[in-house]
Amino acid sequence: MLSAELRCLDLPSVFSGISLGGPADSTAVVQVATVEITKLGGAMSAPVRYIDRTRDYYLGQGYDKPYEWAHHDDAPFTPLIKPLAESRVAIVSTSDIAIKKPNGDRDRDNDFAVGNVYSLPSDTPIDLLYSRQEHYDQHATTLDDVNAYYPVSRLGELVERGRIGELAPRFHGVYTGYSKRKTAEVDAPEVLRRCIEDEVDVAVMTPV
Amino acid sequence: MSLVARHLEANGIPTVMFGTAKDIVEHCGVARFVFLDFPLGNSCGRSFDADHQHQTLELGMHLLENATAPRTTVQANDIWSDDDDWKRLIFTDDQPFLSGEALENWMAAKQRYRDKKAAGEL
Repeated sequence: MLSAELRCLDLPSVFSGISLGGPADSTAVVQVATVEITKLGGAMSAPVRYIDRTRDYYLGQGYDKPYEWAHHDDAPFTPLIKPLAESRVAIVSTSDIAIKKPNGDRDRDNDFAVGNVYSLPSDTPIDLLYSRQEHYDQHATTLDDVNAYYPVSRLGELVERGRIGELAPRFHGVYTGYSKRKTAEVDAPEVLRRCIEDEVDVAVMTPV
Repeated sequence: MSLVARHLEANGIPTVMFGTAKDIVEHCGVARFVFLDFPLGNSCGRSFDADHQHQTLELGMHLLENATAPRTTVQANDIWSDDDDWKRLIFTDDQPFLSGEALENWMAAKQRYRDKKAAGEL
């Protein structure tokens, strides 16, 4: 089954596992795929189970009610509208990207912003961007390279290479939600509105 | 993030998600997902490694062009380091996820959110 799926997708050689379609049982498909790939070389340990880990962690910290992660049995799907080489691409991110002050300092006022959707010009020089996000693995990595979670330079290079058509004029930020309801009913429609306004063909979604 | 991706998909804009928390994204369910088994903070590749970032992005481009059904996940064939301490220790008492100033900032941000909500600004 796996090899058939791979031929079907014609993926480059760097991937190691794939799951296709299906409702809530897709995790099982992934596990099958991963076993197959492990035989091909490259010992990969199981991914971190963040849902279990954070539940146990916060219960241990004294929180009495575990966070309920969003869950859906189905998932909407829209095929690519036009060839990538003709597509206008936007980044939508929860990495809390902000623009430094003209003198290069972090804008501390910005650091304390929470709440609604915001947008930044996509042609903002990379040297002026930074992330205010602190919810990343501070023991293992840093957020010093913005392109590692907000790939604005890399997407610009894909435009130069003709792989994608162009960058949308604005990229969009969504604050890490404290409310799934607000994210779904307020923030997501606002991101959609801005993407439609900018005639976006493809959205690249990046958390940190 | 997954909820926003779902809304865009449901309204005619194709998306591809890049991420390092496989279970959380798949629990929610998105159309296309490039999973990188790296620490939180490197959803689009290794830091200061443009080649690896392009390699990761290209997985997403292929997904956009070739996926035919939702919940299509591709896992990059990369490991973060030779040892798995980062996986073993994250969100444990031995290595708190947030501490010190970061923890205080998070608590303060939550309070600002509550204040804004109470003021009708959200």
